[in-house]
Amino acid sequence: MSAVDQLFTDLRTEGRKALMPFFTAGDPDIATTARVIRAAEAAGANLCEVGVPYSDPIADGPVIQASYQRALDRGFRLQQVMELGEDVKVDVRMPLVTMVSYAIIHRVGLASYVQQAKTAGYSGAIVPDLLVEEAAPFSQICVDEDFSLIQLVTPTTPQDRQVRIAESSSGFLYYVSVTGITGERTALPDDLVGNVKWLREQTDLPICIGFGISDPETAAQLAPVADGLIVGSAVVRRVHDAVATDTAADRVTDFVKSLRHAVDNAPSAI
Amino acid sequence: MSTVPSASTASASVPDSRGRFGDFGGRFVPETLTRALDQLSEEYDRSRQDPEFQRELTGLLKTFVGRPSPLYFARRLTEAVGGAKIWLKREDVNHTGAHKINNTVGQALLTLRMGKTRVIAETGAGQHGVASATACAHFGLPCTVYMGSEDIRRQKPNVFSMKLLGAEICPVESGSKTLRDAVNEAMRDWMSSVEQTHYIIGSAIGPHPFPMMVRDFQSVIGRETREQCRDTFGRLPDCVVACVGGGSNAAGMFYPFIEDDEVKLVGVEAGGRGNAPGDHASPLTFGQPGILHGSYSYVMQDDDGQTCDVHSMSAGLDYPGVGPEHSYWKDTGRVVYSDCGDTAAMDAFDKLARTEGIIAALESSHAIAKAMDIAKDMSPESHLVVCLSGRGDKDAMEIARLRGDNW
Repeated sequence: MSAVDQLFTDLRTEGRKALMPFFTAGDPDIATTARVIRAAEAAGANLCEVGVPYSDPIADGPVIQASYQRALDRGFRLQQVMELGEDVKVDVRMPLVTMVSYAIIHRVGLASYVQQAKTAGYSGAIVPDLLVEEAAPFSQICVDEDFSLIQLVTPTTPQDRQVRIAESSSGFLYYVSVTGITGERTALPDDLVGNVKWLREQTDLPICIGFGISDPETAAQLAPVADGLIVGSAVVRRVHDAVATDTAADRVTDFVKSLRHAVDNAPSAI
Repeated sequence: MSTVPSASTASASVPDSRGRFGDFGGRFVPETLTRALDQLSEEYDRSRQDPEFQRELTGLLKTFVGRPSPLYFARRLTEAVGGAKIWLKREDVNHTGAHKINNTVGQALLTLRMGKTRVIAETGAGQHGVASATACAHFGLPCTVYMGSEDIRRQKPNVFSMKLLGAEICPVESGSKTLRDAVNEAMRDWMSSVEQTHYIIGSAIGPHPFPMMVRDFQSVIGRETREQCRDTFGRLPDCVVACVGGGSNAAGMFYPFIEDDEVKLVGVEAGGRGNAPGDHASPLTFGQPGILHGSYSYVMQDDDGQTCDVHSMSAGLDYPGVGPEHSYWKDTGRVVYSDCGDTAAMDAFDKLARTEGIIAALESSHAIAKAMDIAKDMSPESHLVVCLSGRGDKDAMEIARLRGDNW
């Protein structure tokens, strides 16, 4: 049982929902990324996604794409993600997973990537450009290593395919709330709640919703239907906006606390 | 995913149902695009077998594009080189001035058949952008073209043409501001608009079924060439040369010859300023297999899997990846890939202009340069065909800039 599995088992027992912020590794620098991860945990985050900057991200919206570019322009190297894991695992107890392009995993070597990430303290990976048809070799290694492979289901995924994806995923299932790229949105689709409810009947995996969650109101709305919520661009933007004043950790603390409050006080079911 | 060259022979019966050309190809894209790619595969399969679709496509290629394009004997160039007879497959005389229109007309027809109401495209040299804008104007489809701001600068005439044809141009300021970034931006648009929008990829790259489909639409080049060679000199050519950026003109030219072992096939990548990383755009020569833009193929990557910056003076070849079928042909040994630098390509450009009265695209000039090189060591009885993939009007201003005031 990976740390991600353990987390959701515990949360289900406690009747709580996971709050999962996303940070871009190395934006503005690795030391800040370590600080905001610690701040997020103290403010009530349950799991943290560490985005590995990639030169050609096609699933990501302007905010995350720009953060990747800034990190790469400052000389980001993959090794820094591993060093970040080593650093925070000393005192951070929540599981960390990487959000990483298959281009990077393939180049490093599938087994080698999992080995390095595990050693550094990561419990799994979200690989947004690895489809279920191509996932078998990597997925097998993840199973063997008890490393969660979190795969994505989207509004355009046919139902039979959603079931296949659920079968080859571990840790949790990442339900993409909107057809499109990552980013903050003011409105989420009407059929989202129904779709997630249907999917819940097909799988025992925890289902977490991401893409487009930008504020406590949206988080409160979605919390009842999901096992967890992922908040990416809205967090990355706050870290970036705080760079000049060196208040990134404070801003993350405030934002995560507001999300935590919204999630915990949402009605328990829809 | 083996990187060791395989001893097996190249087959024309590729890709398989997963879009694999040997080890290469496949689909490495976000889940959001899967449904649209499946839908495109299904519609393409249906259309391919539908005589009505074929009739419509063939009719457009004849009356709108101006096919067949001539196979032209370059007499003075042949004399100047002193070797094999050099023939030019004149894709430059197609409507819009390059091979790109062969593909955009086909994909625009598919767009209508899928009931989609908007088209997006990426472009490097602007030829694919113009060809997409043209096909869309013909069918009354709105068209948005993503183009790197560096490419907008160096291929201005094509930007004007696209605007005249009613297309919307979206300048891309991210990354290297070239073709690769334009593909990223078009993919992102497609992620959000996939239900109504078709993305006309301009090269034999991207996730399945694009590499196969673009190759098939461009294969009219090779099919005509075979027939014209037989009609003109009674046999197949000894050698066929084409430039390779993403590789669509080369894929279309080579594919119909793949099982003719007697025909030597040569692909020419952009050698840029030299062999150092960042100075060229030759992934088949200097890169290694990896993932970029949705498929597994040779690519210029660093040790972390980040795509490297590349260079070519020619915007259409200035791309760090290559279509997966070329990787397959490289590893099976069926096609020989080499590179040609900026300077040699520029010399070939001048030579062709002055010996034949043809201003070639800078992209195609790479193939001309390599062809001259190869032809001089061949006997005068042998025949070499170069794919003259496009005309060079679009490059005149950039060449003037590169030469400064003293030309």
